Amino acid sequence: MNWAGLYTVLSGVNRHSTAIGRIWLSVIFIFRIMVLVVAAESVWGDEKSAFTCNTQQPGCNSVCYDHFFPISHIRLWALQLILVTTPALLVAMHVAYQQHQEKKLLVLTGHADPKHMEEVKKHKMRIAGSLWWTYVCSVVFRLLFEAVFMYIFYMLYPGYQMMRLVKCEAYPCPNTVDCFISRPTEKTIFTVFMLVTSSVCIVLNMAELVYLVVRACARRGQHHSNPTSGKGSFYGHKHSSEYKQNEINQLLTEQDGSLKDMLRRNSGLQEKGDRCSAC
Amino acid sequence: MDWGTLQAVLGGVNKHSTSIGKIWLTVLFIFRIMILVVAAERVWGDEQQDFVCNTLQPGCRNVCYDHFFPISHIRLWALQLIFVSTPALLVAMHVAYTRHEKKRRFRNGEKIDIEELKNEKIHIRGPLWWTYTSSIFFRIVFEAVFMYVFYYMYDGYQMPRLVKCSDWPCPNTVDCFVSRPTEKTTFTIFMLAVSGICMMLNLAELCYLVIKICMKESRKTT
Repeated sequence: MNWAGLYTVLSGVNRHSTAIGRIWLSVIFIFRIMVLVVAAESVWGDEKSAFTCNTQQPGCNSVCYDHFFPISHIRLWALQLILVTTPALLVAMHVAYQQHQEKKLLVLTGHADPKHMEEVKKHKMRIAGSLWWTYVCSVVFRLLFEAVFMYIFYMLYPGYQMMRLVKCEAYPCPNTVDCFISRPTEKTIFTVFMLVTSSVCIVLNMAELVYLVVRACARRGQHHSNPTSGKGSFYGHKHSSEYKQNEINQLLTEQDGSLKDMLRRNSGLQEKGDRCSAC
Repeated sequence: MDWGTLQAVLGGVNKHSTSIGKIWLTVLFIFRIMILVVAAERVWGDEQQDFVCNTLQPGCRNVCYDHFFPISHIRLWALQLIFVSTPALLVAMHVAYTRHEKKRRFRNGEKIDIEELKNEKIHIRGPLWWTYTSSIFFRIVFEAVFMYVFYYMYDGYQMPRLVKCSDWPCPNTVDCFVSRPTEKTTFTIFMLAVSGICMMLNLAELCYLVIKICMKESRKTT
């Protein structure tokens, strides 16, 4: 499991994201993960070996390095990227669950042929109902993780700048010792770069959140102004077979039309089947 | 996630490019990314270890290295390649969006063959023309900016053998020697030349697209 594995897993989520979500994913992979792997890791590669202190006291070098770099930038970024991309898996799990439900439904309604099953896998889920809540939670968690890590970076390495020289007094260093960091300018450049891309991702996530909320409100407004299109007409008699048919119809409606479209398109499901059979 | 994945992502864009665009992509992958990975990274691999200063003062070497090499050539090239390849993704996103719209119309009942939709080549017309042209324009801008950054940072494109450093804590002025300066100069000039070729290709593609659209417009009006 490495970054390429994560890329494969998350590319699957891409299909069910909004447009902003896809842009966010591209920014994460190209400007953050790729830059981390291809460039930043080699800059921090010799951070311990080239950390030099002006003393011959054994152990002073290690102790000072440990004091000033409790956790390396590279490891923090790797953790940040993993935690920030993981909420998307919640969405992937929810989509998989919904697809499983749709397949069960197909079996129940007698449309369990391979062609329909394939279509269930391929068609794009609409972000509505419970999936909307999962998606919004994942975006909120992403925002939270980004902010937390930016704060941690600021706390550990004030000002986001890498010093050229640090003065160290930890035992066993004699008195105060000058220690020199390797490639401080290059490290500062990359720190600022990763900070900027992190901010861009935060902005994208906020935009996506606003977009989802506005879309949901607009949909609700449409729904209120057109009540006959709702589920009300499907609550029919509690006769066993008709009740079952109505339950199926209700489930079909809850899928927000996606499964309905699919069935209608492929097998000429009659419009009558959507209505309460006892009405 | 590495250059291989970028290649896979950009390979998809290849289908919707012009012929010049395809040549540009090939030059990018073979003469720049591959050379960077296979050769240049080895040359610069020991840049700090073998940067030797004529002093025993601890810390002087680090400080002098940092002063003369604020950001290594290798990292600059990697960033340049990432930035220069990214505009092509705009085109990929636009094509995906066009396909998605066509699929939506198919869903709503219009008769479009779905298999043909996947394989058809999208013609560079209308809004896609603007996206494509903007992506080429951005490529040119990024190439130029990075070439300028290189020139500005390293005072020309040559790697000196010796640099004189007087930053604290170095005592007075200290001679520091750069490792493999000739090999580094060779590769720098090579990457510069290929960068120039890529810029020429981009300019040619831009002219080609503009001329094509002008000819189409004049044909429509006559």
